[in-house]
Amino acid sequence: MASENPSASEFVLHHLTNFSVGEGVWTLHVDTLFFSWLTGIFFVTVLWLGARTATAGVPGKMQNFVEMLVDWVDNSVKETFHGPRDFVGPLALTIFVWVLLWNFLDLIPVDWVPMFAYNVLGFEYTRIVPSADINAPFALSISVLLLILVYSVKGKGFGGFGHELLTHPFGSHPLLWIPNLLLNLVELIAKPVSLAMRLFGNLYAAELIFILIALLPAWILFVPGSAWAIFHILVVPLQAFLFMTLTIVYLSLAYEKH
Amino acid sequence: MQVSLGTLIAQGISFFVFIWVTMKLVWPPLVKAMAERRAKIADGLAAAERGKSELEEASTQADTLVRAARDQAAEILEQANRRAANIEAEAKADGERERERQLVAARAEIEQEISRARDELRGQVADIAITSAEKILGREIDAGKHRDILDKLAAQI
Repeated sequence: MASENPSASEFVLHHLTNFSVGEGVWTLHVDTLFFSWLTGIFFVTVLWLGARTATAGVPGKMQNFVEMLVDWVDNSVKETFHGPRDFVGPLALTIFVWVLLWNFLDLIPVDWVPMFAYNVLGFEYTRIVPSADINAPFALSISVLLLILVYSVKGKGFGGFGHELLTHPFGSHPLLWIPNLLLNLVELIAKPVSLAMRLFGNLYAAELIFILIALLPAWILFVPGSAWAIFHILVVPLQAFLFMTLTIVYLSLAYEKH
Repeated sequence: MQVSLGTLIAQGISFFVFIWVTMKLVWPPLVKAMAERRAKIADGLAAAERGKSELEEASTQADTLVRAARDQAAEILEQANRRAANIEAEAKADGERERERQLVAARAEIEQEISRARDELRGQVADIAITSAEKILGREIDAGKHRDILDKLAAQI
């Protein structure tokens, strides 16, 4: 820890500081990237183990589990997105499982990993929940914005997409082109912002509450701690599911002609 | 909470790396396996349905065959009965005819026997008559001269 007996605000701030390398905007949050890759490699490995020996015959337990997940995601995509699912399916699966694992990291008691990192590895700061670091949700949602643009062009063509941007909500009169374009740009930007802020806000607030609970005396700590954790178990898959579903909805809106 | 462009970009690249891995290694084999299994199950159900209808068909066919066999057996039995009755009637008729024939033959034989006996008797009667007349007249009667009388006498017997 930074000092032997930190005050409450020092403790909270310390827990909300990332392990950074570099200066200014090019700073790298090493902890966020590390835990993102850790969870990413974990889920890809698990899914690959299930898919590696996939047969049409009687599936094993691993294959069964992975198939259940894939089938559920595939159906969610199929219901909303009416186009080729070769990319959108894996995209939705990656979002759901990855964000789910990020969020689950929030349930690890807040001091365990930072203490280990400080005492064993000598790292001053460690934050383990990528979804509570604003950069990770925004990285996903900005990627989704790029995909929205790609799928708009793919579904409607450059001309169709441009036409929609200029004429869509109010009408095709030339005087309305500027308001239409402005409104569409706001809408386009609002999508990734709301997507990222919803996930970030939920997880950041939850993390903050866990940190505040950790300030309580040890003999009572587990009561609000476990109560909040149980409540948080609902939030964890819900936020992952929302991120996936909204991504599919945005892509289907982008892809389909109105 | 600090905005970090570096983290943002690195995280975005990571995102696409994991999507790519999922797209290459995870998604296709599973979706393919599930589609194949779905097709297999559909085939199996269709085969079961087909087997059931075939069984039904076979059982109705067997029913028809059994019914036909039963009909045929009954017909054969009836024919045999008719044949037996015919044979019996024929045999009866044959017996009747044979009896009639033998009766007629016996009657003819008896008739013949009677007439033979009568002829014999007639001859003897003539002899007796001549002998008796000779005795009565004490002289010989010329059989040649009195033939007509003798014949008349024999005819009366």
